[in-house]
Amino acid sequence: MSTPQIKPATGAQYSRIHGVGGYRPTRVIPNAEVLTWIDSSDEWIRTRSGIAERRWAGPEESVAEMSVQAAGKAIAMAGIAPEQIGGVIVATVSHLKQTPAIATEIAQRLGCGTAPAFDISAACAGFGYGLGLADGMVRGGSAEYVLVIGVERLSDLTDTTDRSTAFIFGDGAGAAIVGPSDTPGIGKVIWGADGSQADVISQTEAWDTAFAKEGAVNGQGEEVKWPALRMEGQTVFRWAVWDMAKVAQQALDAAGISADQLGAFIPHQANMRITDAMIKALKLPASVPVARDIAETGNTSAASIPLAMERMLERGEAKSGDLALIIGFGAGLVYAAAVVTLP
Amino acid sequence: MATQTEVLEGLAEIVNEIAGIPTEDVELDKSFTDDLDVDSLSMVEVVVAAEERFGVKIPDDEVKNLKTVGDAVNYIIENA
Repeated sequence: MSTPQIKPATGAQYSRIHGVGGYRPTRVIPNAEVLTWIDSSDEWIRTRSGIAERRWAGPEESVAEMSVQAAGKAIAMAGIAPEQIGGVIVATVSHLKQTPAIATEIAQRLGCGTAPAFDISAACAGFGYGLGLADGMVRGGSAEYVLVIGVERLSDLTDTTDRSTAFIFGDGAGAAIVGPSDTPGIGKVIWGADGSQADVISQTEAWDTAFAKEGAVNGQGEEVKWPALRMEGQTVFRWAVWDMAKVAQQALDAAGISADQLGAFIPHQANMRITDAMIKALKLPASVPVARDIAETGNTSAASIPLAMERMLERGEAKSGDLALIIGFGAGLVYAAAVVTLP
Repeated sequence: MATQTEVLEGLAEIVNEIAGIPTEDVELDKSFTDDLDVDSLSMVEVVVAAEERFGVKIPDDEVKNLKTVGDAVNYIIENA
């Protein structure tokens, strides 16, 4: 008897992004409001980060609610029915209820049937990680369309007394539909992680010690506070600019695209200074439009790339069919970059 | 090996390009932050450019010790 052979799954030859959508919370927090929490100035915040205002979610604007709103727009743009979605990936580090994955509720509310749904934790590279997974699922034959969502409520993890981070973070959701394509629409995703720099950006305290009874002390004998995100700015800056410029170049090379062929550069909206320095390090031609959504949105981690992509398309700064270089980088440290065709 | 004058001139060009400070203002006793108004992120840009130009490694832990232009010039001469 011959060895039985497994019938292989067959997927699409190529994939692309079919639609993108975003949700921005209604509450605007201008720098003037941040200045009621920290001793700083509007000029200092703008020159250090490029941020003029950010959006913070209200009680009704939950991780699930913002995701459903953003995904609805992406699905409409893609022109597909929710039941055609064969996978829902939610990238977030600020959904504070760990179990079950919030992706299952989002998939159910959108009407995605029994599509597999799961959360991933890849911080500011979360959207790129999700895109890489979705691309593999579509081409590998495990899904026809995959919904990738980057969503954050970083306001819940912001220490409003920390003058180095209080002004940076924002909330929001961005979503994209990845599906089959006749031509290549997603270049090789260049992604990676460097755990030796795990301490450079991190949550201040683990939940178990943080939830110990009031007045509890941690291992260093300090009183435990509600966890927040902290980072070593100069170290992150150096890594984000020069190491990430190399990763961005690898993504261009892998896609066989030169910088002057790009219709948009959409880096994670971490800090305008990082974006500006990365443009120099990459020697990006001045003709390539650059996403600068951070000025009005702050740093929304996993949500920032799809939010910025939607805004560039809305404002006509880039158009459907243009090639965009995207790169996410953040806590881990983790990164993901790719050249994609804009929907 | 580069002389103090050569390193100072090179560093002044870098500071000028990144922070827009006139090269003649970049003197050995000047503090990057207090006198030249080079902020912490621009300082990182200066450091990376100096590493490339002078073939020296300046780790993050070392950067905070480079308070004045003279500190940076000496570090570069000693470690290049």
